[in-house]
Amino acid sequence: MTDGTLPMPAIRSFRLPLAKAAPVVTVLLVIVAIWYAAAIGMNARWERDQAARAGTQIAPSQLVLRTLSQDRPVLPAPHQVAVGLYDGIAGQKITSRRSLVWHAWVTLSATLAGFAIGTAAGSALAIGIVHSRSMDQSVMPWAVASQTVPILAIAPMVIVVLSSMGITGLLPKALIAAWLSFFPVLVGMVKGLRTPDAMQLDQMRSWNASRAHVFWFLRLPASLPYLFASLKVAIAAALVGTIVAELPAGATAGLGARLLSGSYYGQTVQIWAALFTAAALAATLVAVVARVERITLRKMGMQA
Amino acid sequence: MSALPIIGLWLGGWALNIWLARFDRPLTRGAVAAIFGLTVLLLWEMTVRIYQVPTIILPAPSQIIESLVQNRSLLLTDFVQTILRGALGGWVIGAAAAILAAIAIDRSPFLQKGLLPIGNFVAALPIVGIAPILVMWFGFDWHSKAAVVVVMVFFPILVNMVAGLRATDAMQRDLMASWATPYAASLWKMRLPAALPFLFNGLKITTTLALIGAIVAEFFGSPTKGMGFRISTAVGRLDLPLVWAEIVVAAIAGTCFYAIVALIERRATFWHPSQRINRG
Repeated sequence: MTDGTLPMPAIRSFRLPLAKAAPVVTVLLVIVAIWYAAAIGMNARWERDQAARAGTQIAPSQLVLRTLSQDRPVLPAPHQVAVGLYDGIAGQKITSRRSLVWHAWVTLSATLAGFAIGTAAGSALAIGIVHSRSMDQSVMPWAVASQTVPILAIAPMVIVVLSSMGITGLLPKALIAAWLSFFPVLVGMVKGLRTPDAMQLDQMRSWNASRAHVFWFLRLPASLPYLFASLKVAIAAALVGTIVAELPAGATAGLGARLLSGSYYGQTVQIWAALFTAAALAATLVAVVARVERITLRKMGMQA
Repeated sequence: MSALPIIGLWLGGWALNIWLARFDRPLTRGAVAAIFGLTVLLLWEMTVRIYQVPTIILPAPSQIIESLVQNRSLLLTDFVQTILRGALGGWVIGAAAAILAAIAIDRSPFLQKGLLPIGNFVAALPIVGIAPILVMWFGFDWHSKAAVVVVMVFFPILVNMVAGLRATDAMQRDLMASWATPYAASLWKMRLPAALPFLFNGLKITTTLALIGAIVAEFFGSPTKGMGFRISTAVGRLDLPLVWAEIVVAAIAGTCFYAIVALIERRATFWHPSQRINRG
């Protein structure tokens, strides 16, 4: 990046977002409108039943108002979810068990720990596979086949088994998150480390470069775009893994436990609030990885 | 001393694979993978037997196979309930909806610009989380599981299909225009075939998602059958061999599901370069 090219991105960043944002905002507004209509339609039945039981008639305008302010609606209206979110995030002490920030932190810490373990293990195995033909032929077919297996579905079992061995807390959840982020990283890294073509490898050989040199100066830099692409998949997968790992009965902390207790007690607003927190968390994590990707690749002279 | 046979088997399998890997033919490649899998299974069996690992922690492969054979009728009802009704039913509905939505979006650039970022965003979200809500709406039976699967597979397929419908190049579109082709014909003869490789990519990704959605949704409530139900109750009774048997069924079902879609892909997109290479 030279100084001469600096103003260009600045100008672009002023003009593009508006042109891009208008359709997105329109679609979002339509979704919110549909949501309100659906909330009225789906909650109306309960109100009508209540009115019929009390032997009264309710006016349509009142019916609409009531459907949007039920305690346990079939589908909470967007503003109810917003209130639930605000209450969970800002209305409680962060250390409180009712605070979504606290639950999100429990989930986030396990996600990040698992993501770190999974990425490290996946990269390490990928390096081994690229350098050893027997490892490649032994492990890779199974790694690829394992992608088609619904691993996530056994997460609760792993938690129960580990807790029967006395391992509880953050580690079991992190292990599941690690397991889920392991395979995208492994497959992406193997692909990335293999991108240097024969010409580049020959060039390294003609410089009498050792295997370590080839790895550090050619293979690793070449693999980074692939690594980041799979890291984005991996961190989203790690979050999903952690949330599912929080589902088995007995878990009291984390967004998954929040979802489950909401579904047990019919607290729909709580479910939706937890769901939106999880969505925001996922979006933030992916965005952070994308940001690191852009900075790293730009420093290396590649365009992200 | 008791670790010696385990280490011996491990080293033996490893040496055999290193020797076999040098040939690098399709046949030896398959053999190397098979030997690796077999070695892992044998090591697992030996470790469990020699160190007498409690069944609660890790059952031996032989115990799992025994449970698989013993509970085959139970496993079959679970398979029908979860895989055929929940996962497959939801997957077909979700895929059909996504394809139709993609064709609709393709006609409107405004919708493309508005829906695609949202579709990409939603595709990265932990959508499994809607399972409790949908179970509440659609009841405990397989309908709610299929609904979860519909939502889970919709966006990945939509995003891929929209990208595919745009994969025609200007020359092809100009050719169609110079023949004054009506929209329906150009969709059928040009855009849909061009979109097929992308569509199949989405379909393959979502096979696993469909199984995950169907099984996880059962943790939030189910009738007294289904793989998710069986896994959670068997864990409660510490009947781990049965749990592992369900996992084996899920794994085989997942692999077959993927393989069938891949096979259809090969038939339907035989003209695509990625398939031609496979045929040698």
